[in-house]
Amino acid sequence: MTMSLRASALILSATLALSACSQGGLFGRDDAVDLNGAQASGAFGSVSDPRSIAYFNQIVGDRILFAVDQSTLDATSMATLDGQAQWLMTNPEFIALIEGHADEQGTREYNLALGARRAAAVRDYLVSRGVAANRLNTISYGKERPIEICSDESCYRQNRRGVTVLTVGAGV
Amino acid sequence: MLTRRSLICSASALAAATTLPGLVRAQNRPLRLEITEGVIEPLPFAIPGFIARNGAAADAAADITRVIAADLRGTGLFRQIPDSAHISTVTSFDAPILYPDWQAINAQALIVGEVEQQGGRLIVRFRLFDVFSQQPLGDGLQFVGERDGWRRMAHNVADQVYERITGETGYFDTRVVFVHEEGPKNARLKRLALMDYDGANVQFLTDSRAIVMAPRFSPTGDRIIYTSFLSGQPRVYVMDVASVRSRPLEAISAGNMTFSPRFTADGGTVVFSMEQGGNTDIFRVDVNGGGRTQLTNAPSIETAPSFSPDGSQMVFESDRTGGQQIYVMPAGGGEVRRISQGSGRYGTPVWSPRGDYIAFTKQESGRFHIGVMRTNGSEERLLTASFLDEGPTWAPNGRVLMFTRETAGANGAPAVYSVDISGRNLQRVATPGMASDPSWSPRLP
Repeated sequence: MTMSLRASALILSATLALSACSQGGLFGRDDAVDLNGAQASGAFGSVSDPRSIAYFNQIVGDRILFAVDQSTLDATSMATLDGQAQWLMTNPEFIALIEGHADEQGTREYNLALGARRAAAVRDYLVSRGVAANRLNTISYGKERPIEICSDESCYRQNRRGVTVLTVGAGV
Repeated sequence: MLTRRSLICSASALAAATTLPGLVRAQNRPLRLEITEGVIEPLPFAIPGFIARNGAAADAAADITRVIAADLRGTGLFRQIPDSAHISTVTSFDAPILYPDWQAINAQALIVGEVEQQGGRLIVRFRLFDVFSQQPLGDGLQFVGERDGWRRMAHNVADQVYERITGETGYFDTRVVFVHEEGPKNARLKRLALMDYDGANVQFLTDSRAIVMAPRFSPTGDRIIYTSFLSGQPRVYVMDVASVRSRPLEAISAGNMTFSPRFTADGGTVVFSMEQGGNTDIFRVDVNGGGRTQLTNAPSIETAPSFSPDGSQMVFESDRTGGQQIYVMPAGGGEVRRISQGSGRYGTPVWSPRGDYIAFTKQESGRFHIGVMRTNGSEERLLTASFLDEGPTWAPNGRVLMFTRETAGANGAPAVYSVDISGRNLQRVATPGMASDPSWSPRLP
């Protein structure tokens, strides 16, 4: 890589480090494994600790699913996000990066835009439930980071997701 | 990379030798292949191994002959008559052509050539003959270049043959920027890479630490614009091909995702999508900096812009009516007009460099297609069908498309394919591994 890229990467990674450190790489090799969120590793704390990331990921639920080509929230999603909002307000030391994802049934750039729409829908809902907007960032991965890899609806529905990824840090 | 090798094309050098006395003009029409009519029967040609003028040129002569033949065969428009069927052997570049020997094996075009190595340089000479008219087709030509530029010299010969027989501009001396992919489907590594149009000379432009996607060449081929997650967010970067140096397109992106960049026809500005609060619109910015101009303003997704070659219009996709459809608007703003009319969803429109067609991705009933339509949406024609085809890119002559085809399932993998605009000659491009998002360069200078 060039010097200019390296320099800009350093500057930007300083802002991202806040949200990235406890989850490993947000982009690149480790991503899909980390984003699975199912494994409660030590860094996430214990599921039995209601203030832990593990508790948030598994008991509150770190993700919601979307219908094909949609970014609207159904009742199940809203219930999950209500729980997320409550948890976030109870645990103000955490900030969140909200990831929007799409299934592979779509063109690449459209899916990137669709993922952004989904991430924004999650963020807007959490804000409407009282979470400070400056604790929430969004990112879209489009169809670049599926967690399920088969090519039928059973996998697609898991991939059309919005994931709230926690990290400890001040609001940004 | 697009390093310019001194490639001098001298049209005069061999003109004197092209008039061959004493041969009767046959009754046949001059050799001509009309691509627009849809070629069903490929035109048979013979290419005896180019003669090595000196021993040092032997390998280059064989390699150049092989690449010229592969270029022509690869179009689907030409069929090579195997050397084993040849009656005449060509032992001298200047020897008279024994037309009856080539007529007897039904070779309609005959390509003869020779290669000479002088120090680190190669000299390639060739002549093209219309066998049944018994005369040369165009002048003999000579190319001079560096030894390691032999592939480009071969592509230049093939471009000349293609142009003289079809009347269309050749596309063999071109490169393709694409995304090289490695690793499992849920943890893909992606790198920008360059290759010759035929998959040779692969060069990596980025490492795999960040997701990259959808690169595009500038109209002069010296820059590449693409989207990278290097900063964490998807963001547009510009790369100088010669130095392989990149910089963000805009110094400040204010945390908004930018993606889907394309150069305008003059190369001076870039149009791209920017997301704000979950909504995506299309903007334009000078490639060297300056303020953004917003081109679309709607609460829907507007992305995948492409300019007409004359710069007067922009085609893009939008889901403003629910699903992705293709729209055209004047470059300076104004009335937006939907042109995709069929059922299903339409995306990734790309204006042909000839201006006559728009290529697109169509999604319908769980299948994907690459297609072309007239710029007003008429004469829609689907060229491919598969589990997942997307992202067409035009050859500089507007006759051939490359695109991404991805197979289904847990082991699904992307590859680059090409197809001509009649839907024939579907071929996989020989990339070194999984590959996606091709973008065809202009003809190299």
